Amino acid sequence: MGMTRRRLLAALAAGLCAARGAGARERFITVASTTSTEQSGLFGHLLPAFQKKTGIQVRVVALGTGQALDMARRGDADVVFVHDKAAEEKFVAEGYGLERQEVMYNDFVLVGPRDDPARARGKDIVEGLRRIRAAGAPFVSRGDKSGTHAAELRFWKVAGIDVAANRGTWYKDTGSGMGPALNTAASLNAYILADRGTWLSFKNRRDLDIVVEGDTRLLNQYGVMRVNPAKHPHVKQAEGQQFIDWLIGDDGQKAIADYRIGGQQSFFPNAQR
Amino acid sequence: MNEILQSFVAATALVSQADARLIHIILLSLQVSGAAVALAALIGMPVGAVLAIGRFPGRESLIVVANAFMGLPAVVVGLIVYLLLSRSGPLGVLGLLFTPTAMIIAQTLLITPLMAALTRQIVEDAWCEYAEQLRSLGAGWVDSAATLLWDTRFSLVTIVLAGFGRAVAEVGTVMIVGGNIDGVTRVMTTAIALETTRGDLPLALALGVILVALVLVLNAATYWIREAAQRRYG
Amino acid sequence: MLPLVLEDLGFEAGGRSILQGISARVEAGTRTVILGHNGAGKSVLMRICHGLLAPTSGQVRWTGASGPVPPGRQAMVFQRPVMLRRSALANVLYALRLAKLPALERRRRAGEALEQVGLADLAHRPARVLSGGEQQRLALARAWALRPEVLFLDEPTASLDPSASREVEASIQAIHAGGTKIIMTTHNLGQARRLADEILFLYEGRLVEVAPVERFFSQPRSAEAAAFIQGELPWG
Repeated sequence: MGMTRRRLLAALAAGLCAARGAGARERFITVASTTSTEQSGLFGHLLPAFQKKTGIQVRVVALGTGQALDMARRGDADVVFVHDKAAEEKFVAEGYGLERQEVMYNDFVLVGPRDDPARARGKDIVEGLRRIRAAGAPFVSRGDKSGTHAAELRFWKVAGIDVAANRGTWYKDTGSGMGPALNTAASLNAYILADRGTWLSFKNRRDLDIVVEGDTRLLNQYGVMRVNPAKHPHVKQAEGQQFIDWLIGDDGQKAIADYRIGGQQSFFPNAQR
Repeated sequence: MNEILQSFVAATALVSQADARLIHIILLSLQVSGAAVALAALIGMPVGAVLAIGRFPGRESLIVVANAFMGLPAVVVGLIVYLLLSRSGPLGVLGLLFTPTAMIIAQTLLITPLMAALTRQIVEDAWCEYAEQLRSLGAGWVDSAATLLWDTRFSLVTIVLAGFGRAVAEVGTVMIVGGNIDGVTRVMTTAIALETTRGDLPLALALGVILVALVLVLNAATYWIREAAQRRYG
Repeated sequence: MLPLVLEDLGFEAGGRSILQGISARVEAGTRTVILGHNGAGKSVLMRICHGLLAPTSGQVRWTGASGPVPPGRQAMVFQRPVMLRRSALANVLYALRLAKLPALERRRRAGEALEQVGLADLAHRPARVLSGGEQQRLALARAWALRPEVLFLDEPTASLDPSASREVEASIQAIHAGGTKIIMTTHNLGQARRLADEILFLYEGRLVEVAPVERFFSQPRSAEAAAFIQGELPWG
């Protein structure tokens, strides 16, 4: 009995040490970012280049923009990389973030059934949403306070449609990430607002296709900022700043421009230096 | 049907390529859930044995609590551990959030009640058989608990497997406290969740097939070892 | 610690009276057999003497000290002994460890005890795969290794076949010859004749007769004992 117990303890200790050791050797920062950047594969393209240059590992926790900002408010991230300008500015104004920098943009697309039962196709997002409402065609919303969700709500407001009153009828509030929401839309054959990066890398499209694109209002701006050490003294300022400098510098901007999904450029660098 | 078939093909391909990232994910899954189940057994089994043979006030309430907590939602445990380990939480200074250690802690909390409740049932049954003999030999309750745990070891193995099965298959706690960070805290279940959200259903299912196959092999191996041991020791 | 004095013992369980008004004095040295049919209360009486059960009335006294826990060493062998899931030797060592004996002494005594019951060759066999008779002898060894002053045996051969019973009886005789007081229950007349010096005859929870074995079988004083000996009771 003694022997067995000792062996068990030894194995346990070894397991714990190994699990801890996995990351403890390296310098790293934690970045709170969005599902759209992670799921589009952009980080898989950018981060190895950054790590190779600086030796700093970037650990990305991918959430909706709202959740990502909350996570940073709690002090659980060093850098925030998201896409909801209004929310980001509020985050900085509250004193949680420092020096918001614009990094890149892509755009939102309105995705819907290929045969377009609501006849929403065109270059005007607001008109497209009005037609969906008029037809009562199913529309899937993220409903998760993400950047995409915030953008969608802005468009509905411009269109003068109160979606809150239509919840549970044609308007389906799923409270999920971009991918799950797209899965839902694909199986319901519904309309949905998506970011282009996630849409391009999304594989379970079934009958869905892009219905509206190219409206200037569909621009999706990404911003990056450090978490304020005045609020959370433990944040890794130097390494975080290095990452931001790289992203908005020549190397990072070029890496962003070079990233292709299925041959298409999906993010457009636009840092202002 | 075609997609399901496709995913079996993909699973076979994944395994045969022995992709380094896949292997890392599998090993991390085994390591995290293995450590969690070992810790949960070390805590839960003695607690279960004491609940089985102890006679003290509050015992029945504790049994009810342990039984109820067997079905604790993983997301709730994940959230609690997240709030504890977050920099703004009471244990934030440890800097453990988004590490495998955090995942081990969360899974340990998740399955300790399961260990305690199932151990209590098994030990209590054995206690009916052993009680007079042990009292006659002058065993106190600590001795009795230890003896019963050792003598029911073949049955307790099943509990360990049940705990491991629950831990390795759950996504709620590891997603929240691990953050599904590529190469650091990504395990089988969070990888499956990620591939599902990317709409790559065949790949997600292929990972699922590998997970189920692993659990199956582990169960089969344990079953045969247990059978052999039981034949040998009676 | 002997004599063992029982004073007006009564025991009730679930509103049913199992033992009533049992008074007796059990002296050192002899082999005392508690005889009676199934359900007469023999096992309960033995458990009360051993301290596993507390009487609902009356008391058990060991040489003046009163209370359920007697001073000095005593051990008990059950009708179906519980073998721990470990080797035969480890079963004996376990009992000696609980008795807080030093490790060397434990080794020595365990070896002796297994020798005594003829199980030395099977010392490293898992106890649970031994035959019924071997298990019962192992239980005897485990009890005897404690060097008890009094050894209680509850129907020690009731679940064994005749040849295994004979081996167990031989072991009991040997243990008694070594100076241990034997108190055992049985419903088997032949076994009582072979093993007893003194008979305590229980009938429906009452102690009906106490007598030396010869006199009990030749001249029973109570009608119940006479009927039991002649096998006239349906449960004989």
